[in-house]
Amino acid sequence: MKITLVGNPNSGKTSVFNYLTGLNQRVGNYPGVTVDKKTGRFRDENGTSHEIIDLPGTYSLYPKTRDEEVVYQVFSDQASSDFSDVVVVVVDASNLERNLLLFSQLYDLKIPLILALNMSDVAEKMGIAIDYKKLSEIFGGVKVLPLVARKGVGFEELKAALTSFEPVVDRPVFLSGEFEKGLSDQAVGQYEFVEKRYKKIQQALSFVVGQKGDRKLVERHRKVDRWLTHPVWGYAVFIGVLFIIFQAIYAWSEWPMDLIDNVFLKLSQFTKQSLAEGVFTNLLAEGIIPGLGGVVIFIPQIALLFTFIFLLEESGYMSRVVFIVDRLMRPFGLNGRSIVPLISGVACAIPAIMATRTIDNWKERLITIMVTPLMSCSARLPVYTLLIAAVIPDNSIGPFNVKGMVLLGLYLIGIVAALLVALVFKWIIRSKQMSFLVMELPLYKMPRWNNLVVTLLEKVRIFVFDAGKVIFSISIILWVLATYGPAERMQQAEASVQKPINLTEESKQQYDKEVASAKLENSFIGILGKRIEPAIKPLGYNWQIGIALITSFAAREVFVGSMATIYSVGDDFEEDTSLLDKMRSETNRDGSQVYTLASGLSLMIFYAFAMQCMSTLAIVLRETKHWRWPLIQLGYMTALAYVSAFITFQLLQ
Amino acid sequence: MSIYLSQLKIHKTAVIDRLDSDKGGQMLTNKLADMGVYPGKKVEVVFKAPSGDPIAVDLEGYTLSLRIFEASMIEVKEV
Repeated sequence: MKITLVGNPNSGKTSVFNYLTGLNQRVGNYPGVTVDKKTGRFRDENGTSHEIIDLPGTYSLYPKTRDEEVVYQVFSDQASSDFSDVVVVVVDASNLERNLLLFSQLYDLKIPLILALNMSDVAEKMGIAIDYKKLSEIFGGVKVLPLVARKGVGFEELKAALTSFEPVVDRPVFLSGEFEKGLSDQAVGQYEFVEKRYKKIQQALSFVVGQKGDRKLVERHRKVDRWLTHPVWGYAVFIGVLFIIFQAIYAWSEWPMDLIDNVFLKLSQFTKQSLAEGVFTNLLAEGIIPGLGGVVIFIPQIALLFTFIFLLEESGYMSRVVFIVDRLMRPFGLNGRSIVPLISGVACAIPAIMATRTIDNWKERLITIMVTPLMSCSARLPVYTLLIAAVIPDNSIGPFNVKGMVLLGLYLIGIVAALLVALVFKWIIRSKQMSFLVMELPLYKMPRWNNLVVTLLEKVRIFVFDAGKVIFSISIILWVLATYGPAERMQQAEASVQKPINLTEESKQQYDKEVASAKLENSFIGILGKRIEPAIKPLGYNWQIGIALITSFAAREVFVGSMATIYSVGDDFEEDTSLLDKMRSETNRDGSQVYTLASGLSLMIFYAFAMQCMSTLAIVLRETKHWRWPLIQLGYMTALAYVSAFITFQLLQ
Repeated sequence: MSIYLSQLKIHKTAVIDRLDSDKGGQMLTNKLADMGVYPGKKVEVVFKAPSGDPIAVDLEGYTLSLRIFEASMIEVKEV
């Protein structure tokens, strides 16, 4: 049997879906749209497996967003393959009137239905007494089941009702005139029908709901609202929450990331030692294993950030944040929902871009995706620290350390650039969809930990399997280009390095480093780095930097390692100054220094703006489902980086 | 006397009179109706964002946020 779940946002539909399917879920595609299709399976007591589709939350069958468009598509074509044997409408029992709009629309479309009254405990607490039998009678005998999805109450009855489901034939029409010819998205008349429908529901509910309920519970929640949206305390709490999130991400993601790094390094070394030397071993040990490591390394940050986003969303606090920042974001073509992705971008753009799902306006979501990578993420930090250590003097202006001020400036410049570019995109991207903030502010709730596990698994799965493919392929290509070159040239390069006469451990290491350096210089990437020198000369860079720019296209932090390889030194510049010494003594052909204040700052600005992260591009492709957007992003960010770096160098030179 | 919901003072209750679709377009009117904003419904402004925009209104038991622009197309009668 095929089962479809549908309901208002905040009705607890996802909890019902998670409860029925457990971890037995899949994320697929609806053809032609960016909306994910969530399906799962559940087994009834007879052992029969049923397919469940979880449709995006919607308030009405008339679509207002892309997500809701999917629901409309499914129900407007009763012959479609997505059409199921029974539709379970999950409604919030504490807010029956508004929730019954969607239900009664589906009812009039003559769709086989079960009505699940979720949060019936909240309704009870509010003193709302619902006559289930009467409700079922009004809607032609459709089965009505009370449910408390958060506590797992009522599921036995729901499963039994699903297994023994028989559609009611000859249901009387609830509201005539609207759906006799099926569902169509008429703009005219829509409002009139919805109004009529609500009045009819109100009338019907006067027979169903005995007591209207007291408002004590709602008033208690409103008191919290007044604090959380207060001009001073509201922002103070939000900044406090952000502070905790960042502390946690920096404190807790470092060790699992180091661990992953080490495991893959060991694995690579082990492979090299245990397999016979050859092309295949090299591909495995230096290409494939680090390539996989480069995907897995992001999992801790994704998991942590989504844990916090989950807590904010599920508790109901997120909509209050949206409420207090919406006005500030609006002039930039963004909305209140853009704030969390943008700020998350300071940790890592990947989970940040995945978090833009909650922005239901496509244009605002797209702008947020396009500008989020301009926020200075944690991968830029090692690049900034190396360059600051190399070119910024250790002076103070008043009480402020110059190095610290440069670093702060780089973060600020990222924020300013993100907002300005958002403004530009606001004018460029055309959209028929209107921006509105007619948004429900739900009651506060305790998050459900079961749902967290499901959410994290889904996010990690999307990243590893969808974006991972692209990341892995590009990293293999980059590895090949950095390892191989024209055969003759590579042999000459290796031979040109003098082998030490007495092989001590130290001289052997130095020899290996110099061979690596000579090989990189003569690899395809090395040749390319030299070729682009005329193009990057006006920015103050030499070909060595050119090589590092190309290798760090995979990920920004690779810049440090590449510089170390090029200069045949270790990459731990904080412990061992040889990389810094090499950089400081590096000269151009005319004898002038390469790493000056001008070229150093120019390089920092370049890294602040350039899209040097294939993982971000891969996730943008996954989220927008079109090549156009990551390519535009790569193009505009590279252009912005180049021009800004050019101006910086030319002004300071 | 009819005023716009955007002009309604905080903690004051009113009854929705009419949705002005000329102002915000049919799409917005439809969206408001979907969310349970329709003539005859009681509204109260319960709290506001720091800048006064958006506002939060109570619709007979549940809370809805509205930008000032959105509230300015809802005509209400004070009670």
